[in-house]
Amino acid sequence: MTDKKEMKVSPIRVLIAKPGLDGHDRGAKVIARALRDAGMEVIYTGLHQTPEMIVQSALQEDVQCIGMSILSGAHMVLFPEVMRLLKENDASDIIVFGGGIIPKPDVVKLKDQGVQEIFLPGTSTREVIEWVRTNVPARE
Amino acid sequence: MAKDGKKQGTDLHQSSSFSEWERKFSSQEERKERFLSLSFREQPRVVTPEQVNGYSYSDRLGYPGEFPFTRGVHATMHRGRLWTMRQFAGFGSPEDTNRRFKYLLEHGQTGLSTAFDMPTLMGYDADHSKSRGEVGREGVSLSTIEDMDLLFSGIALDHVTVSMTINCTATVAMAMYFAVARRRGIPFDRLGGTIQNDMLKEFIAQKEWICPPEPSVKLSCDIVEYCAESAPRFNPISISGYHIREAGATAVQELAFTLADGVAYVEHCLERGMDIDSFAPRLSFFFDVHNDFFEEIAKFRAARRIWAYLMRDRFGAMTERSMKLRTHAQTAGVSLTAQQPVNNVARVALQALAAVLGGVQSLHTNSMDETLSLPTEEAVKVALRTQQIIAEETGVTNVVDPLGGSYYMEQLTDQIEAEALEYIAKIDGLGGMLKAVEVGFPQKEISEASYRFQLMVDDRDYAMVGVNKYQDEQEQEIPLLHIDYELERKQIETVKAFKAKRNAKEVNEHLDQLRKACSSGSNVMPVLIDAVDSGVTLGEVSDVYREVFGIYTDPGTI
Repeated sequence: MTDKKEMKVSPIRVLIAKPGLDGHDRGAKVIARALRDAGMEVIYTGLHQTPEMIVQSALQEDVQCIGMSILSGAHMVLFPEVMRLLKENDASDIIVFGGGIIPKPDVVKLKDQGVQEIFLPGTSTREVIEWVRTNVPARE
Repeated sequence: MAKDGKKQGTDLHQSSSFSEWERKFSSQEERKERFLSLSFREQPRVVTPEQVNGYSYSDRLGYPGEFPFTRGVHATMHRGRLWTMRQFAGFGSPEDTNRRFKYLLEHGQTGLSTAFDMPTLMGYDADHSKSRGEVGREGVSLSTIEDMDLLFSGIALDHVTVSMTINCTATVAMAMYFAVARRRGIPFDRLGGTIQNDMLKEFIAQKEWICPPEPSVKLSCDIVEYCAESAPRFNPISISGYHIREAGATAVQELAFTLADGVAYVEHCLERGMDIDSFAPRLSFFFDVHNDFFEEIAKFRAARRIWAYLMRDRFGAMTERSMKLRTHAQTAGVSLTAQQPVNNVARVALQALAAVLGGVQSLHTNSMDETLSLPTEEAVKVALRTQQIIAEETGVTNVVDPLGGSYYMEQLTDQIEAEALEYIAKIDGLGGMLKAVEVGFPQKEISEASYRFQLMVDDRDYAMVGVNKYQDEQEQEIPLLHIDYELERKQIETVKAFKAKRNAKEVNEHLDQLRKACSSGSNVMPVLIDAVDSGVTLGEVSDVYREVFGIYTDPGTI
């Protein structure tokens, strides 16, 4: 049961993004749908997005959180570029997480650059939903 | 009755019918309420002759090598010749992949299969801004004819069959391959191999594209037409279910959408005025082989039967070869787990066994490390050895279609066939696959199935060993392949240097000719072979396609 206080909180707005040229969108779409089914407002960019396009969409859509999925191996170039552009646009408060085929040593490096979490294959949708709820501050 | 006249085993009672047997044991408890296949199909406890009665052997099965080819496209199947062991490989520079090719050939692989990187698959040269971070990472980088030459350096193109997994830029890769052969003095009719060149499944599942569906299909069929005339040993298309399945389709959806794609290509070629028997024998297929052992075997058997009837009855093919569905298979990448990766060796072995029992002509076995990175040499070798163990040690190659006639297998084959035909009829009703793709029908079906499966895994209704059951505290570490980002810089330099030394006037003339060929609707292949030979790059050809045919972008529906 939701009480009155909770009802004032708006749903979390999330951008699910597919940077890079690979077409593997199964994971991105499953996560987008799971977050939506969990009551969040989800905007999905579609495939083949450049970092510029992703940051642009994030700003336009006024999201609190970006989830990026990548399976092409270009994560060490494209994720940091998104982080850099967010900073450049004074939007570093947007929380960024990612997922895909990402080797462990790269996970550490990406977290050092400000990506808050990387979900690897085998993650359940519940874990992602829980993580977003816990880590994205509610908006009044 | 025994000799002394006494009844033997007087306690024995055999049920006189299946329904009696069912009643008799209906109260016996089972481990689960429902037994579902991987594709959500409820499985019976047992199948008896009563469920498969009225069966016509000649209509449904036939002998191996004979219509409707359910039992196999060859009379001797793997007794005559083993399947081609064809490991998909490609990463880094053309030189890197050339070394991996030679390594695989040295270890007994019998055909080559090329993976290209994302820029190549999307029509960008290595030096394009959209290629940053992607060069050589998920396959080999190919921008110029020199790249193609280096890729197959020291490999006799007239002695090995080569497969190339490339689609919206297939015309360019094919043209470069032909141009390299021409430079080496090899006539095109001595080239054997396969180019994937299946654009419909790109829109459905794999999603590497340049232009909208209609011109894309036209370009695919340009290759079909050109090869039928000039390179008759080359399979000009590999109609692929693999990516459809990996995107989350069920076995039936994979089968139905793939065959419906095949129907669309056939119809397009017939509209061009081609004779069905001039190209149909060279249409080849590519399916996934997933975890559900029997369902997968049945899928291959049903595929052959449906295609044979479609080709004979719907399209009026006359030669037997036009009716034979020949297929490559690859074990299911999506079934592999990042957790306890060594377990993947067992998964791959079982999937490969299903492919062999399903009667495939060619097989790729995935490596255990592929949920983590591109495979290392060692991991690829284990995957290749897995095929060799099946071929040499298990004895399953001794008998053709050993599961044929199993009540369960025949019932399952019939069910999968019936359900796939239902889908194909639905797609026909939408106006064919091209139209169905444009309205997003198969895409939507796959999304639904993929989400449903994910929820099953999340709810532990489907067990994944090491992921949602039998997890380990300690993570298993295995060595991974590392691709240096330095490679990208080198490739960019190579492409830039190549472009700088070309005859600009000649390049422009070739691009003009290509533009004209595209606008006039004529076959682009003859013009393209000369163009790439003179130095026109993959990105430049793709730019002409973008200009003339337009650009397709993802509708991005969830």
